[in-house]
Amino acid sequence: MNDRSRDIGTFIPGADDDMIICRCEEITKGEIRRAVHDGMFTIAEVRRMLRCGMGLCQGQTCARLVKGIVAAELGVRGTELESASARSPMRPIEMRVLGRDQ
Amino acid sequence: MTRYDLVVVGAGPAGLSAAAEAAKAGLSVCVFDENAKPGGQLFKQIHKFFGSKEHRAKTRGIRIGEELLAEAAAAGVEVVLDAAVLGLFAERELTVRVGDEVRHVKGDAIVVATGASENMVPFENWTLPGVIGAGAAQTMMNLHGVRPGKRVLMLGSGNVGLVVSFQLLQAGCEVVAIADLAPSVGGYGVHASKLARTGVPFYLSHTIVRAEGTDHVERVTIAEVDASVPGCVFVPRSEKTFDVDTICIAVGLTPMAQLLNMAGCEMKDDPARGGLVPVLDAYGETSIPGVYAAGDVSGIEEASAAMIEGRIAGLAAARRLGFLEEGAFAEAVAAQEAALAGLRKGMFAPGNKGKVFEATDEGVPIAKNLLRKGFLSEEEAKRFWLDSRVKPENDNRYSGVHPVIECTQNIPCNPCQDACAKGCILVGADITALPVVGKPEDCTACGLCVASCSGQAIFLVNEDAGDGFAEVTLPYEFLPLPESGQKGAALARDGQALCAAEVVKAAAPKAFDKTCLLTMRVPKEYAQTARFFKAEVGA
Amino acid sequence: MKMKDESMDNTGMRIEAHPILDGAAAPREVAFLYDGREMRGYEGEPIAMALRAAGVLVHRYTKKQHRPRGVFCAIGRCTDCVMVVDGQPNVRTCVTALREGMDVRTQDGYVAREVAS
Repeated sequence: MNDRSRDIGTFIPGADDDMIICRCEEITKGEIRRAVHDGMFTIAEVRRMLRCGMGLCQGQTCARLVKGIVAAELGVRGTELESASARSPMRPIEMRVLGRDQ
Repeated sequence: MTRYDLVVVGAGPAGLSAAAEAAKAGLSVCVFDENAKPGGQLFKQIHKFFGSKEHRAKTRGIRIGEELLAEAAAAGVEVVLDAAVLGLFAERELTVRVGDEVRHVKGDAIVVATGASENMVPFENWTLPGVIGAGAAQTMMNLHGVRPGKRVLMLGSGNVGLVVSFQLLQAGCEVVAIADLAPSVGGYGVHASKLARTGVPFYLSHTIVRAEGTDHVERVTIAEVDASVPGCVFVPRSEKTFDVDTICIAVGLTPMAQLLNMAGCEMKDDPARGGLVPVLDAYGETSIPGVYAAGDVSGIEEASAAMIEGRIAGLAAARRLGFLEEGAFAEAVAAQEAALAGLRKGMFAPGNKGKVFEATDEGVPIAKNLLRKGFLSEEEAKRFWLDSRVKPENDNRYSGVHPVIECTQNIPCNPCQDACAKGCILVGADITALPVVGKPEDCTACGLCVASCSGQAIFLVNEDAGDGFAEVTLPYEFLPLPESGQKGAALARDGQALCAAEVVKAAAPKAFDKTCLLTMRVPKEYAQTARFFKAEVGA
Repeated sequence: MKMKDESMDNTGMRIEAHPILDGAAAPREVAFLYDGREMRGYEGEPIAMALRAAGVLVHRYTKKQHRPRGVFCAIGRCTDCVMVVDGQPNVRTCVTALREGMDVRTQDGYVAREVAS
């Protein structure tokens, strides 16, 4: 999956490229598709480059959508892509509370 | 650091069941839930559940929630609310946000029962206020008593979409249409039928093209999808536009398994289970010893299945920690497994996902109009009016009141059989079998079968009530409740007005648990087509 | 210039009678501030519910595209309904209980939206 020499064809603009996918960070479908063509072949790379799924909700809404778009762009099945890693904290939390560790 | 024998994450049906079962075996149990109220989705599920007696069938989700909470409390389970679990670490240690601090908690066993999150589908302007998840609608109406909107379009005809659409009607909202990309209704036919007969139209092979509105949703346009070409290509000139203030999305659920993923449990991406799920042994244990998963987090199913999975995980945790001997454990688990196996049968069983059936187990060709439009055609209703298969011409056993059951799919459910004290209704040992009216002449018109049917698919019909009229008794769960003498229209299964009708009786005794039985008088020829009552406007 | 939309009547959103659910024990009505003007809701209900009942659908405008957002998941997961509450931004109004005298403001990016007084 990480073989970057693999040919995935050229980027073809789509009619729905302006559609928001990551609602928190306001990342569009076109941006995600372009990122794949720019060489981001894994969910982790796409996330680091665009911040999709790294906003306030931590990908609760868009993770599945992003995975589907990346898979379609790579021409693979969604199950072949590794899911985004999960880290603590699982829910949004203020630093002042996170620091109040009992 | 606080230590418990068992820590449960999530106070929904699976988590509470696991907690109750373990606490009854003697474990000290603490349940954390991020919500302000326990019960998970149970307190939003105001419909009667399917299944059998052991699954608490014909009981509404809200009451099952109350019973489960009482059971857990009686067993000594501690439930901490507004407590978001932030992480699951080595040695079964959890960090939990409670109020303004982060607590460290350790469990000798852990049950993760975090449930699922809703899938979403993007379309033009799907970020506009007024586009909401079906779960949001349920939460607003059933927990907080606030309508999400007045005119709603539902996207998704699975059980969630169908059940929430009905709840929207009960809350006094208008459901303008139910659309689904799939070519056939995804949920139970009986759930679809109870919507269709009130006049809600179904648009299968349709999806949303766009929402429109300045600051919030004012309109939605759907269009038919051309199934003959790959991708999402709309059929030209198939667009339909509705004035709505709310668009509800019910396109499936994804297991919320991030906590197990971060803990390092072996995971598997399994589309049949809804996404990334933990790999479990027969008792719900993950690859990390002592960490269990139960309910939707391990694969999307109904709440009834989640409760049983929870109990099995709770029992397994009790055995692991030495609170249950092998023999007692095996016996208790066997009973739960039998109940679970009963639920996992029939056309909608997890193993049958996506399968297209041509006939029922009984060999009756399936009702295709039901799948395509949400209601039984007259021909299908006759085909499935099961007593017609055994009813010889002019059989006088059918004079007087008798039940007519419009249950046409093999789903695990049999409260109708238990409801009839006279034994008129037979399902048999296999709870997915279609019910048959065996002894129509014994019907006393008590109505218990009508009220017990979770799918609202049983009617009492008196084909000749005198003076050229028939009487049809139907389940009615809307306000205002019609009164006897009230005039209106009888609607057909497709929701179209058939003829004038007059309410003869409307009653909701306690035993019916808020389901009103409405008896209407219609001209004789409509006895087998009139299935809903609509009061005259302004009456 | 945006015209105020009057086509959809946003009142009457409270369910006064329900065929299945018994209403909660008489809730206490309290006053709070929405963008500087007084509004009323039930004590303890999520702020978002009080706003919906009062006809408020827009909770915030996004940082990049300045597009309106409102309630989406209603259970604290999606964070779309966040507002500035008592001076604190990013408060999930669907899971934050309403208290008397709260100062609730439409969020614009990460700050409270300026409102003409």
